[in-house]
Amino acid sequence: MSSEANLPHDIPGANFSAAPQSRVADPEVLDTTHGPILYLEGVTVSFDGFKALNNLSLYIDDGELRCIIGANGAGKTTMMDVITGKTRPDSGSVFFGQTINLLELSETDIAQRGIGRKFQKPTVFEPLSVFENLELAMATDKRAWVSLFAKLTGEQRDRIDEVLTIIGLTTERQRRAGQLSHGQKQWLEIGMLLMQNPRVLLVDEPVAGMTAQEVERTAELLLSLGGRHSVVVVEHDMEFVRSIANIVTVLHEGSVLAEGSMSKVQNDPRVIEVYLGE
Amino acid sequence: MRTHNSLISKLVQSDRGGSVLLALLGIAMVLVPLLNLAVPESSALHLSTYTMTLLGKYLAFALLALALDLVWGYCGILSLGHGAFFALGGYAMGMYLMRQIGERGVYGNAELPDFMVFLNWQELPWYWFGFDQFWFAMLMVVVVPGLLAFAFGWLAFRSRVTGVYLSIMTQALTFALMLAFFRNEMGFGGNNGLTDFKDILGFDLQADTTRAGLFVASALALALGYLLSRFVVNSKFGRVIVALRDAESRARFIGYKVEMYKVGLFVFSAMLAGIAGALYVPQVGIINPGEFSPLNSIELVIWVAVGGRGTLYGAVLGALLVNYAKTYFTGAFPEIWLFALGALFVLVTILLPRGVIGVLRRKQAETAT
Ligand SMILES: Nc1ncnc2c1ncn2[C@@H]1O[C@H](COP(=O)(O)OP(=O)(O)OP(=O)(O)O)[C@@H](O)[C@H]1O
Ligand SMILES: [Mg+2]
Repeated sequence: MSSEANLPHDIPGANFSAAPQSRVADPEVLDTTHGPILYLEGVTVSFDGFKALNNLSLYIDDGELRCIIGANGAGKTTMMDVITGKTRPDSGSVFFGQTINLLELSETDIAQRGIGRKFQKPTVFEPLSVFENLELAMATDKRAWVSLFAKLTGEQRDRIDEVLTIIGLTTERQRRAGQLSHGQKQWLEIGMLLMQNPRVLLVDEPVAGMTAQEVERTAELLLSLGGRHSVVVVEHDMEFVRSIANIVTVLHEGSVLAEGSMSKVQNDPRVIEVYLGE
Repeated sequence: MRTHNSLISKLVQSDRGGSVLLALLGIAMVLVPLLNLAVPESSALHLSTYTMTLLGKYLAFALLALALDLVWGYCGILSLGHGAFFALGGYAMGMYLMRQIGERGVYGNAELPDFMVFLNWQELPWYWFGFDQFWFAMLMVVVVPGLLAFAFGWLAFRSRVTGVYLSIMTQALTFALMLAFFRNEMGFGGNNGLTDFKDILGFDLQADTTRAGLFVASALALALGYLLSRFVVNSKFGRVIVALRDAESRARFIGYKVEMYKVGLFVFSAMLAGIAGALYVPQVGIINPGEFSPLNSIELVIWVAVGGRGTLYGAVLGALLVNYAKTYFTGAFPEIWLFALGALFVLVTILLPRGVIGVLRRKQAETAT
């Protein structure tokens, strides 16, 4: 966590803790006094009888950086779908803090309350420029009629410039996002996530298709986010996971197989059998 | 006036197509009435009233094409029922024009339009109330299409109907309205529609000056419609609709209520289409259920495809080109027009996916390098 001190985007630090809460018009304010910011309990999702998630229970602490690994089809993406409201579980409960029941909220509401997501397949707005992608992602009033008259303030421009620097795309700001390389798109998507000032970042396979150097930069960036944001990273690249992980959760056939430090998990015989040893 | 000018120039700055369009419309607004009214008929420069009205009709179609381009070109909503909004605007105008006939109808009934007397109706149905007032009718020109678009959009976009299914639903919508308006009991003149109009705001519809006025109104409406549409697509709202065209769920996950944007855009577009219909009706002198025909809405899609979608001015160009061709073909070889139209659509789809504007832009890019 040595890099935490020199985070350019964290300088207006007060922003981070205050903004998401002041945005919540609802009286149910995010409450993390008990530690965890995300609670998944007994979550089951089945697709035509096949259980993609099977009685999954998982807790993510506020400010934690958690890695989730698991074989193809283990249910990692489905878990993110459930948290972000894309997929509704058959049973179980999902809470954001102590009080906010995510199963009752729409995708948009969940996003606006501070859960941001990077998809497995990078999806940026291809016809728009890099700058415009960040502009749209920014945490502001996103109602339709407000957008009609919205103008960027100097502060907002600065914030976009800041994020452009963080993700290393300053020189590409006017380029159409569709023309970026695969790795750059991944970065842009992370940048869009940052623009939302989320409390929780769900990051699905961030380093797929990146060069070794890009992977390293991504690791640095994600590490730097810890503390202020809770970050959940799904990744297959074990080298990468090792470089950032504090606690690793291993998913297998829709439930938690093991959880703990990387070395503990790696030496768990069940894990070796079903995943690492294959 | 100066702030006015700077507002316009801000909207069309770096929009060459738009500047050209507005300049041409400005010239036409002056020149066309002048050539018709001030130049004697004997002169070679004289523009016949027929031609002026035809041009006015094209401009109304261009406004309709602009409306479709907003939803299709920018937001990917392929509406195959936009003719319905056009026709509803047209009917609202037609109802006003009907009420203006007053006692001059065949039956001389001051209260009831001829077709109602013919059906033995005793009194005016409630939904005709107010249409003797111009302001009320003009309000309905935008309110009725807007409300229908809102109801339809609310249902369709909230249940996340997209793509082909949405297109089919819009087509069904206009088809259903056509069948409904064909019925005499609906009170809109059945299959004859509304016609035999006499005057508008007290001006004789047959007079050259009135026709010139309608032409200018059409050009003005197109220019204003263009500027408003440009304002919408240049705003952050416009960037959001482009964003959700290809990545709707992504837009949702960063916190946009996608359906609100779509509904809002759809309603705005329907209102523009309604205005286009209202300008069309007094110039052609009739509105009947045929305007709801699904084929009309499909033709409209072809105009936009030919011009090139997603540019606004491309849609205008396409509407003018195809309708000019239609006038020519239906005059010279009436039996082949539909085939020509079909062939045109296939050719454009295959050879010019970005329409005529796409070709012009490529040419320009080539000469620039
Ligand atoms: N919409 C769906 N309909 C049917 N089955 C699905 C659906 N989504 C996921 N599944 C199935 O659920 C299981 C879990 O999928 P999920 O995408 O969560 O896996 P994952 O752990 O993210 O895998 P990967 O590492 O390949 O991304 C898989 O077997 C998948 O085929
Ligand atoms: Mg996955």
